[in-house]
Amino acid sequence: MTTVAPKPVRVFGSGIRRREDPRLLTGTARYTADITLPGMAYAAILRSPHGHARIRAIDTSGAKRAPGVVAVYTAADTEGTLQPIPCAWLLPNAGLKTAPYRALAADVVRYVGDAVAVVVAESDYQAYDALDLIEVDYEPLPATVDPEKATAKGAPQLHAEAPGNVAFHWTVAGGDVDAAFASAPVVVRDRIVQQRLIPTAMEPRGAVAQFTPATGELTLWNTTQNPHIVRFIMSLVTGVPEDRLRVVAPEVGGGFGSKIAQIQGDFVTVFCSMKLGRPVKWIETRSENYQSTTHGRDHVQDVELAATNDGRVLGLRCTVWAGMGAYLSTAAPGIPTILHGLMLSGPYNVPALKEDVYGVYTNTTPVEAYRGAGRPEATFMLERMMDVLAHTLRIDPVEVRRRNLIPAFENGHDVVTGLKYDSGNYQAALDKALQHIGYDKLRADQAAARAKGRYVGIGVSTYVEICGLGPSQVAGAIGFQGGLWESAIVRFHPSGKVNVFIGASPHGQGEETTFAQVVADELGVAVTDVKIVHGDTDNTPMGWGTYGSRTTAVGGAALAVATRKIKEKAKLLASHLLEAAVEDMDYDDGKFFVKGFPDRHKTIQDIALMANVAWNLPQGMEAGLEASSFYDPPNFTYPFGAHVAVVEIDGETGHVTLKRYVAVDDCGPQINPVIVEGQVHGGVVQGIGQALWEGAVYDDNGQLLTGSLADYAIPRADMLCDIEVLSTVTPSPHHPLGVKGIGEAGTIASTCTVYNAVIDALQPLGVGTMQMPMTPERVWRAMHAQKGA
Amino acid sequence: MLHSVTITVNGRSYTQTIEPRLLLVHFLRDAGLTGTKIGCDTSQCGACVVSMDGVAVKSCTMLAVQADGSSITTIEGLANHGQLTALQEAFWAKHGLQCGFCTPGMVFAAQEILRTNPNPTPEQIRHGLEGNMCRCTGYQNIVRSVQAAAADPRAAQTGGRP
Repeated sequence: MTTVAPKPVRVFGSGIRRREDPRLLTGTARYTADITLPGMAYAAILRSPHGHARIRAIDTSGAKRAPGVVAVYTAADTEGTLQPIPCAWLLPNAGLKTAPYRALAADVVRYVGDAVAVVVAESDYQAYDALDLIEVDYEPLPATVDPEKATAKGAPQLHAEAPGNVAFHWTVAGGDVDAAFASAPVVVRDRIVQQRLIPTAMEPRGAVAQFTPATGELTLWNTTQNPHIVRFIMSLVTGVPEDRLRVVAPEVGGGFGSKIAQIQGDFVTVFCSMKLGRPVKWIETRSENYQSTTHGRDHVQDVELAATNDGRVLGLRCTVWAGMGAYLSTAAPGIPTILHGLMLSGPYNVPALKEDVYGVYTNTTPVEAYRGAGRPEATFMLERMMDVLAHTLRIDPVEVRRRNLIPAFENGHDVVTGLKYDSGNYQAALDKALQHIGYDKLRADQAAARAKGRYVGIGVSTYVEICGLGPSQVAGAIGFQGGLWESAIVRFHPSGKVNVFIGASPHGQGEETTFAQVVADELGVAVTDVKIVHGDTDNTPMGWGTYGSRTTAVGGAALAVATRKIKEKAKLLASHLLEAAVEDMDYDDGKFFVKGFPDRHKTIQDIALMANVAWNLPQGMEAGLEASSFYDPPNFTYPFGAHVAVVEIDGETGHVTLKRYVAVDDCGPQINPVIVEGQVHGGVVQGIGQALWEGAVYDDNGQLLTGSLADYAIPRADMLCDIEVLSTVTPSPHHPLGVKGIGEAGTIASTCTVYNAVIDALQPLGVGTMQMPMTPERVWRAMHAQKGA
Repeated sequence: MLHSVTITVNGRSYTQTIEPRLLLVHFLRDAGLTGTKIGCDTSQCGACVVSMDGVAVKSCTMLAVQADGSSITTIEGLANHGQLTALQEAFWAKHGLQCGFCTPGMVFAAQEILRTNPNPTPEQIRHGLEGNMCRCTGYQNIVRSVQAAAADPRAAQTGGRP
């Protein structure tokens, strides 16, 4: 009897430890705030304390005389040097009205946090001291903060360019929605407020700019998710040519969308360095971050759903007022429209649909992408209406979903909004979630608990999302002022070690590990022999960045294609060196061998050496073992899943306790399941935060009442239960690795799941709707309003 | 008015003349020890937690002059020539970090939990972490990390001080 050594576990799919962690665990990682350069000065920014005001005069003389102060600048100083900050998603056919957004406000401030002046000093303490000595004479103006009310007649106006404060009016329609509603036996309605959220990446934003007057070169270390876009836009605003502009995203401490846009502070920092010819650092405080770095969500939605008596959806009609803040941030117009409206039909057969979206200027911080970006707002709307329909028809919420889910498909399904989903098996994900949690028993337990006067609720949702933003042709058609491909260069060194240079810019998601796993799997090298290089525009190929769950979905495809090009070349060289015909060559786990003769082989390391020394190459073959790919995907990817939450509410206090949370997500094949699980944990918890605790609140004057971490409640460890993470695997038919993306799934699904659970818990009291976040006070009031009625 | 202070950080003595208003976290970072992070300005986030005379403190909530004469350990002072402590190892093994920004503070908060309770339950760990915020992990793998460190013999050998 012979024994065969077991084949090593495939590295693709292994939950190996992350390669980025040792530096992060030992304090040796370098974030933007950790960078200090010789001769560096420190900037602090004076921000508007008013939601809306005219600047009558600014007196900087006191600040200029303060100890250590190098310079003080206002808008007047930037004239002719800084162009307005451009919006980069120019939505077509929507009457888009942009208004100039300046790095320093000139005549009018339009939100609390709008930048007014900057002090540069020898130390950060001195810069902040001097900030207090700037005197600004403001004439307060009436403000408007609610996106629906801002469109009303007589509302304060923000921009002459946008009458009625309407930045755009966008519609999506498919099928005959009016006919569907006219003939529908059942119509259910709701008004949903997707409250404004603050992303709260733990690292605040900041920049270190080093302009060298002698060469005209600018290096910018920036807390960004997309350094190549920063270079592009920074070049447009400052006039520094792209070839002399190097942007580095060093270690970046989370983003969640808040590090996509280029914000006032970035341009102000660069401006100071250009004026002074010395390095300048600006790091925002958390309170400054809350006022001036971008926010998310902020929708008011009127929704109606038409259905048959047995709960089959006939149509969906809605109007959305989406708060944009005082200016249109970099990608803002695309979020409540393309990323929201196009996926309104979710995982269900919806024969007809129409949505009107009004993007509205308000005296608030500009809104941008926040984890999920448009898709949580769409999923919530649909999943909420499914529960309202189920309640109205007295059908179990799971059963209503089952009656409407699109049946399983492997290679394309057209939906009413015009998208073609790639692959899906929604029923399977739902079944798995229900089976895992024991749904039927859960409902029985709930009935028993209710009989004892306890408030136990169960929430279920199914979802599908758009990931892997691309292709570029679509980007152009929808007004995105860039491409949406990604790039990778794979370079073998003579010793067989590999560097991979990618255009995307991970900041916590772990691609230094997962991308190394892809290379190891494709080419048979050790994971530890592959180093992924990212984040520096001087040594990485162009790429559009890490957001929209696209780094693996698009960048991973570029990487796979590049490695396969390497493999092709290696095979040619191996056949040459082994004096065998290419057709006779075989490959397995890093070895190229003559078919049937595994001993006649060359390893990938042998090939790397021979390709690099180039002593004996076939005729016409170039030296080196390197390949690049610029991958433009043929379609989006469409991850999906089903989530279930169980909550219990304290009848005395209204406090919601999360008892269980089950997440079944399908992101296709998982490169590293431990990292996938971590993404789901974090995403789910952020979504729960929206349901239960988080909300940015402005008063009628535009004052941000939740302006610090003391007032804005992000989830803490003691507020949560364990998240039970499961998955199904449905590969994307068009992706070289079949993968779909997982970064936002948790957030997209969890808010509505927990919301539905809370409303379900309160059903015995007749509570049908509630404003998020569902704080104990709100829950208690809802319980007692119904009791009193 | 300036004050002279002597603070031992990671075994090395720093004597400096400083403004009395200088926060301890700025003292540490100005000394080049940038592993200690600043994530808020209201003492909520815990990214700045270090160990002072063996007890976890938020270094943004102390003046450097208050630390005069004390001995501080920062994240840079834990691993010995790349040899991670039981807690650092556990965070790595259990995927207890993503972007890493909250991690230095989390490690010291976790150390404090184990110092006062060598065998904590998951609930006790969650309670012990309530002064530290993480936006990436949802905390679940941080709880697992602390559990794993508690089970690590190296942690037990040092009397619960990994």
